[in-house]
Amino acid sequence: MTAPYLADFTTLSNNGARAEPDWLRTTRRQGIERFAALGFPTPRNEDWHFTSVSSIAEATFTPLRGASGQVAKSALEPFQFGQSDWPVLVFVNGKYDASLSTPASLATGIRAIDLSTAMRDEPSLIEPWLGKLSTSEDRTFSALNAAFMSDGAVIHIAPYIESPIPLHVIFVSDANAAKGVAHLRNLIVAGHHSKATVIESYVSLGDSGYFTNAVTEVQVEQGATLTHYKIQRESQRAFHVHTIDAQQSRDSHYVSFSFATGAALSRTNIYTNLAGEGCGATLNGLYMADDEQHVDHQTNIVHSQPNCFSREIYKGILSGSAHGVFNGKVYVHPIAQKTDGKQTNNNLLLSERARIDTKPQLEIFADDVRCTHGATVGRLDEMALFYMRSRGVSTDAATKLLTYAFAADVLETIEVEAVRSELERATLERFTGSSATP
Amino acid sequence: MLQIKDLYAKAGDRDILRGITLDVAAGEVHAIMGPNGSGKSTLAQVLAGNPAYEVTGGSVTYQGIDLLALQPEERAQQGVFLAFQYPIEIPGVSNAYFLRSAFNSIRAARGQEEVDPLEFLDYMEKKLELVDMDVEMLSRSVNMGFSGGEKKRNEILQMAVLEPRLALLDETDSGLDIDALRIVASGVNALRRPDNATIVVTHYQRLLNYIVPDFVHVLAHGKIVKSGDKSLALELEAKGYDWLVEPQGALAS
Repeated sequence: MTAPYLADFTTLSNNGARAEPDWLRTTRRQGIERFAALGFPTPRNEDWHFTSVSSIAEATFTPLRGASGQVAKSALEPFQFGQSDWPVLVFVNGKYDASLSTPASLATGIRAIDLSTAMRDEPSLIEPWLGKLSTSEDRTFSALNAAFMSDGAVIHIAPYIESPIPLHVIFVSDANAAKGVAHLRNLIVAGHHSKATVIESYVSLGDSGYFTNAVTEVQVEQGATLTHYKIQRESQRAFHVHTIDAQQSRDSHYVSFSFATGAALSRTNIYTNLAGEGCGATLNGLYMADDEQHVDHQTNIVHSQPNCFSREIYKGILSGSAHGVFNGKVYVHPIAQKTDGKQTNNNLLLSERARIDTKPQLEIFADDVRCTHGATVGRLDEMALFYMRSRGVSTDAATKLLTYAFAADVLETIEVEAVRSELERATLERFTGSSATP
Repeated sequence: MLQIKDLYAKAGDRDILRGITLDVAAGEVHAIMGPNGSGKSTLAQVLAGNPAYEVTGGSVTYQGIDLLALQPEERAQQGVFLAFQYPIEIPGVSNAYFLRSAFNSIRAARGQEEVDPLEFLDYMEKKLELVDMDVEMLSRSVNMGFSGGEKKRNEILQMAVLEPRLALLDETDSGLDIDALRIVASGVNALRRPDNATIVVTHYQRLLNYIVPDFVHVLAHGKIVKSGDKSLALELEAKGYDWLVEPQGALAS
């Protein structure tokens, strides 16, 4: 099913990409070659054992050509955490929309522009990093993204800059995205000793079926702290594949939270390489799925140097016939002594048909480390449910409250209060009137 | 207020209640006593509507309505309250939120307006005094990290907040030292009114020194084998249960 993409690539090479710099054309060509060689993954591929992408492979998606121009500013309010003054970069159906974006309100020392402008006018903002922080070697979707990457956010945080206000990047799809694919590529470079928060939201204003294929490349320089939230609220008919590749320098801290509740099929890969001493990585997340939704998270924390720590808590709530997948790998290199790693994955199944496949993996090649992992799968506590009902609380309200309580501690790790309270609200409302059968 | 007629119930395949008949009028306190496994806790759970038990026969009429036809939350909304023998821990839900949800659910069912968190805190002040609890306990997760005594006091606090017509106290005295027992008992006594009734389930006579019953019933093998006034409790304290329990039951237990 790779043929339509190969034809699209020929079209792209003959048109828009012809004027691009050589290095970018090379990146694209290598991407399409890797994609052609790899093809779409099958369940025989260990990394895709529990997630079939045949629904993506067998469909034909048209590359999205640009903004529909029909998205009103007010339509984005529900996704903005009640913070209308936060700077936003908005992409409509895969294309930057300057009229909806407010890069001018960014703090001094933070630069954010769209990738297509950077490719055309300021390649120096991307060339040293793009395609270098992320690998396409064994990853079909990243290779495909490299071939077609069209737009996305390019964010540079200058050294020593500390910004208390998050930068929010919103990818919104509407009815015009139907049967389209957007290959989004983001780049975040957090300069040394900087401290900032970037939020990526993937949201929908309708229920059309489309395909988001995104890659975010992240460089966290020495002593920097980057907080990076990803919020996936795509249409219930959408397909969503997103890979985040982070490279960390000495004494840096990468703090990630992945919130996933949308899409028919979603796969989020979060890979971070602790490539300097004294680094920390905090990877937390919450996924919730209902009906026939499939939600998959893969994380890979690579401890390449000594004296680093990693903390990971992922929680999942699955109802209806939903299928959740969590695969958390922690790799400790032979020289990465004094590694301190902790990983937890807890799942709550609200129905008989809901399913979770969870696979924590520790691969440790150093001898002086402290690493733990654990995974649980449970159902709502019947006695707690009866206890609440015996106090007059309805079954529905008790179920909601207990479900929320299950997720509460991981949501509490979100430091930005406006984001935390919005996601708490979304969690509390997620299974209202759903097919939950405790 | 409450008429239980020939009530049968089982848990899984096990018959536990085997024909209970009991009348409770407003203003009365009834003590249900009996050895372990006699079914006294099951009776309390069945009246509160625990879905783990299946009623296989008989009827329960509460204030003229068929209690067994109601969901647990509907029973609570009608004024039935069960103080649990083993109060449940609910991580992630604060005691204050839980209490206010319960209070507002019951108010809503009665057509009354809900109260906001600040109003509720005012209302809670006197209730906390009743069971000698610190306001700090409200911000903790429900029963998480509470001592045995704190859990039981929290049950009576909930009872004070919800002001039930029919209170079922399931072994509220178990695991309590004498000071905690006094606090719990005085809380229960303070909530007694001519228009409400209390059923106290207990293994020991000790609690009945503080919550004085009008009637005492002895349960064995799922049946009431003897009823009397408060002097029966003292007799049981002196003689134990053996003289009332038929030998067939000894085999069954």
